[in-house]
Amino acid sequence: MRIHLTSVFVDDQEKAARFYTDVLGFVKKHDISMGEGGDRWLTVVSPEDPDGPELLLEPSGHPAVQPYKTALVEDGIPATAFAVSDVRAEFERLRGLGVFFTQEPLEMGPVTTAVLDDTCGNLIQIEHMKQGEHTS
Amino acid sequence: MAEDVFKALADPTRRHILDELVERDGQTLFEICARLMNKHGLGLSRQAISQHLAVLESAGLVHSRREGRCKFHDLDTEPLELIATRWLRPDAPESTP
Repeated sequence: MRIHLTSVFVDDQEKAARFYTDVLGFVKKHDISMGEGGDRWLTVVSPEDPDGPELLLEPSGHPAVQPYKTALVEDGIPATAFAVSDVRAEFERLRGLGVFFTQEPLEMGPVTTAVLDDTCGNLIQIEHMKQGEHTS
Repeated sequence: MAEDVFKALADPTRRHILDELVERDGQTLFEICARLMNKHGLGLSRQAISQHLAVLESAGLVHSRREGRCKFHDLDTEPLELIATRWLRPDAPESTP
């Protein structure tokens, strides 16, 4: 078994598509209309791993979604996490593009993390492990 | 007020929280939890850390503020000044016990 698809609930799929591609740098994989409600099956992948796991930018229409997202964001809890090669460099790049970070880069032993606002109601953690400590 | 400050400072976890806020002000609950876990080996539940933060807030040592949809915690060292003046500068006007 392997992880093929994971998802974040986004407030606005169009806005999310732009943020996750233009700002974060992912590429669109699938964009399929899901009928009259205007919802789309919208996934992105990393350009470094185009056949790898897809991230589904899922509509937030279900009534349970907003309270869930609101409570997580209030406490600063990320919805998911992405690996980068250098958190500090990515932080500088994204901040230059106007991205708001709820947690600036923080080195904690082998792991460095930062947390950003995806402008669609989620926080996203970016992280890297020190060389040679990927297995921990 | 002073009573609350002494009580707040009496707990080592709460002192670690203050240490971390000295290092960087304006942290979310998530960041405080991550720091306590990774730097101090304190794997407390978020609820437990929330309760510690509530004690620090009621002592005036931490203030929380909302920015956008997020809640951040800031350090306030003023209550410590009041404690210090009580013995270090007893003639200062704020030195009422």
